[in-house]
Order: sequence, then structure tokens, then C-alpha cells
Amino acid sequence: MNVQVKYRVAKSKLAQGLIVFLAFIITLPLLAIIVYIFREGITKINWTFLTHIPKPVGETGGGIVNALIGSILIVLAASVMAVPIGIMCGIFLSENKTSRLSYWSRLSVDVLQGVPSIVIGIVVYFWIVKPIGSFSAFSGSVALAIMMLPILIRSTEETLKLIPDSLKEAGLALGLPYHKVILKVIVPCGMSGIVSGIMLSVARIAGETAPLLFTAFGNPYVNTNLAKPMQSLPLLIFNYATSPYDEWHDLAWGAALILLFTVLFLNIITKLTTKRWNVQL
Amino acid sequence: MNMKETLGSKKVRRSYGQIRAEALFKRSLVIIGCAMVVLVLGILLTLMVESIPSLKLLGIKYLWGKTWDPVNNIYGAFPFLLGTLLTSFLALIISIPFSFAIAIYLGEYKPKGWLSNFLKNTVELIAAVPSVIYGFWGLIVLVPIVRTLETKLGVLPYGIGIFTASLILAIMIIPYAASLGREMIRLVPSPLKEAAYSLGATRYEVIRSVVLPFTKSGLFAGILLSLGRALGETMAVTMVIGNTSLIPTSIFSPGNTMASVIANEFTEADHTVYLSALIELGLVLFLVTVVINMVGKRIIKRFTNE
Repeated sequence: MNVQVKYRVAKSKLAQGLIVFLAFIITLPLLAIIVYIFREGITKINWTFLTHIPKPVGETGGGIVNALIGSILIVLAASVMAVPIGIMCGIFLSENKTSRLSYWSRLSVDVLQGVPSIVIGIVVYFWIVKPIGSFSAFSGSVALAIMMLPILIRSTEETLKLIPDSLKEAGLALGLPYHKVILKVIVPCGMSGIVSGIMLSVARIAGETAPLLFTAFGNPYVNTNLAKPMQSLPLLIFNYATSPYDEWHDLAWGAALILLFTVLFLNIITKLTTKRWNVQL
Repeated sequence: MNMKETLGSKKVRRSYGQIRAEALFKRSLVIIGCAMVVLVLGILLTLMVESIPSLKLLGIKYLWGKTWDPVNNIYGAFPFLLGTLLTSFLALIISIPFSFAIAIYLGEYKPKGWLSNFLKNTVELIAAVPSVIYGFWGLIVLVPIVRTLETKLGVLPYGIGIFTASLILAIMIIPYAASLGREMIRLVPSPLKEAAYSLGATRYEVIRSVVLPFTKSGLFAGILLSLGRALGETMAVTMVIGNTSLIPTSIFSPGNTMASVIANEFTEADHTVYLSALIELGLVLFLVTVVINMVGKRIIKRFTNE
């Protein structure tokens, strides 16, 4: 009897050990990636790296200023498009919980969240690039904006749902028109949640490559015209990492370091400002 | 008197303005709600319309065709279907022990405390790392490791290939099943667990015969969502899978997935059928991931409502 109990306790301990081991081993790859990229990247980053365009193959040096500017512009343009629409849609869904339209709308957001990014790239190619006849940074922004929407909408909806109805009723009882109640009472109350949604969505799209392959396309020169092809950090990493040249690998490492730390920084800031555990599914 | 009237009419005019603004606001909310539906239908419709040429010419046989040779106008998607299925399922098999261990640890063993907070945040950051960085790291670090492994095993040491892609994918999809699994495990009513403990069950026995059976469907949904993620993942896979259109002969051979072949060949596709054959792959990918995601979310909804 005693032996059996001991056996069962030992088995339980063993299982616990195994689970702890398996659970924590996952920190290793992340650590390995961060350390490796930091080690490879930090030596490449200097003033020239940040202010010059890439040198042609065979010459060392050069920088990634075209990708930095491009990434910032593309993400900014995507945010300008997606944030108002995403917040409005989030308001719509949290205000209309049961209507037929909101059911379909919510379903569409769910579908959109699962769409592979490469598919969005294809679709935007046919919507914008093909009719216009050339690759453009604008089309890349549209693709990224579509990818931002589900995260924005979900976080806005979830945040606004938590705000008590009495607040809205109080505003309406004072004779405030509906749009003022929403925009000046409800939305400010949920501001922190909405802002964290914006930051998460920016962090998510800043590293997206697949939708940019057929839209923003890449550009070896500095370009600030949204109607022309533009380089971005993830595109540069993809193109240079898969090239056989060491000089280009160096540029890619530096770019990877900047991209990785920007994305992690955005995520950590969001985490610190909102204590919520939520992987975007 | 006169002054009062103008004041009144001003007020009235202002409130008319407010009413109009209110109506406009409500209408724009509805329009944006509709826009989401239109957007998704638009994506589906675009994919369907653009894949018509290949559907017409190649028919449904296309999906079973074994050769992909755009130069000679032969299109068969089977190598890519097989590549996608192999990488995704292999990644799933590798990732499940880890994601379940994380879910059980965070949901049952240690729901609070700095250690579990640390693990939680790490898992979230794993989901946040851009896929192109996983691809780059895999290409430079993982590929040589796999190559050594392959030499030891006595298979052709490509380094790149389906196995390497699955390893990277496995790391990338762990957070999805883990975070969902944790949520599900926390929903297990504590009276149920306490009853088992009071009968003398050990911790392991409670997990095995109370927690896991209770959360079965939720854990399954987590796996489905991970699978949906794995199927559509493009960049990391493209960078390490080797990109050949031959049918993979083993899990170590190079291959191609649906997403990676689109990424590689879309801008090179120089005639209509080629392009539309690629788009048809995109359509298949879209439909499969949508169905998997919908089923997964339906299960979660049912589970959390109970």
C-alpha cells in the first residue's frame, strides 16, 4: 500500500518535472534568437549604416536608410488608414451586440484575422497594383492596413464592452447627442485599451513581409513618394538574407536587429501599460 | 423679445446640426460595419475571379497533378499541397508537447508569481517576433545544425528542407495553442479538482483525469488555430524550405509549400495561366485557413459559454 502511494507520488513529481522542463525550454529559442541577432547586428550599426543607402554587390559598407524611411512611411500610412476605420468598427460592434449586421461583421473580422498574409498581398495586387500599373508603397500600406484591422477592431470592441452602460445612459440623460456620448465619454474611458490595440497592431505589421512582396516591392534608393515602389526593413532582410553575398548579409543583420528590437520594444511597452495576457489569435 | 427669438432660433439651429451629426455618425458606423463584410467578400471574389483561367484550363485535376513545370505549361499543385501538409503537421506534432506543458504549468501548477509572469511574457514575445527574422535566424543558425544531424543520420545533407521549416514553424506556433490552452485550463471549476484531491488523487492524476478531459475540446481548438497559423505562414518557411517543385521524398528533402511558391513565383509569373494557377493556390489556402479558424473559434465559443 505504502509502496503504491510512494509510486504515485513519485509519478506525480516526475510529471511535474517534465512539464516544468518542457514549459521553460521554450525560452531558449527566443533567447538564442535575441542574443544571436544582437551579437551579429550590433557590430554593423553605426552612423553610416543609418544614413546611407546600400552599396552595390562587392563593396562593403553602405546602409539601410532607404528601408528605414520606407518602413516608417509605409507603417504610418497604414495606420492613418486603419486606425479610424478600426476604432469606428470596434464602436459599431460594441454598440450593436446582437443585430444581424453586427453578427456578419464580427464573423468577417474573425475571417480576416485568419487570412494568411500572402493572400492579402495577392488581393491588394489585383485591387491596386494592377489597375495602376506599377508597384507602389501605397498599395503596401493598404495591405498592411487590412492586416491591422482585426487587431484594432477586437481590442476596441473588447475595451468598450467593459465600460458600464450607466455612463452612456448618464450622458444621454443629460441631453448629449449620441455621437458626443460615444466620442467624448465612452471612447476616452477606453483610451488605454484602444491605444494598446494600436500599438500591438503596429508591432504586428511592422515585421510583415509577405504582403509587401507584390505591393511595395522594394527599392534600392531612398524614396518618399507613396506612389512609387519603396523599400522596407522586412523586405530588405528577406532579399539580402537570401542573397549569397556577405556584404548584404551584414546589412540584413543590422536591419534585423533594428526591426526585432523595435517590435519587442513596442510589445513590452504595451505590456507594461496594460496588464493583459493576450496572444492575438 | 426680438433678441430672445434669435437666441432661440440659434439654439434650434444648433440642435438641428447636432441631430444631423448624430444621424451621420450612426450611419457611418453601419457603413463601416458593412465594409468589413464587403472587404472579406471582396477578397474571396477577387481570388475566385482571378483563378478562373486556371480552373477553366486545368480543372480540379490541377490539385492532384504531380508536376509543376511552368516553362512547359504543366501545372500540378500536388507537391505544394504535400509540402504544406507535411510541414504543418510536423510542426504541430513537435509543438504540442511544449504548448501543452506551458498551458498546464500556467493554468494549473503556477497561475501566479513572477516565474509564471516571466514565462507568459516570453511566450507572448515569441508570437511577436517577425517571421522574416525567424527565417533569417533559421537559415544561418538552424540549417547548419540540421545539416550535421542529417550527415549523422546518413541522409543527403541539404540542411534546408521540410524538417528545418517544421522546426521553425513549431517555435512560431507554440504561443497560440499555449495561450488558449491556459485560458481553457483556468476555466476548470475548482470544486471538480478539489473533489479529486479529497479522494486522494495526486497532482498528476488530477491533471490527467480531471483537467485534461474537461478541457479536451478547448485544447483541440487551440491546436486547430495553431494549424491555421502554420498553413498560412510564408516568409520563415520560404527562407528555409529549399524551394523546389519536386515532390518531397522524405521529411529531410527540400520542398515548397503553397504559400512559399506564391511568394517565390508570383512576380515571375509571365502569363495568365501561370499567374492564375498561383492564385488558385491562394484561394485554396484562404478557404482552408478560414474553415479551420471558424471551426476552432466555434469550439472555443461553445466551450466558454458552457
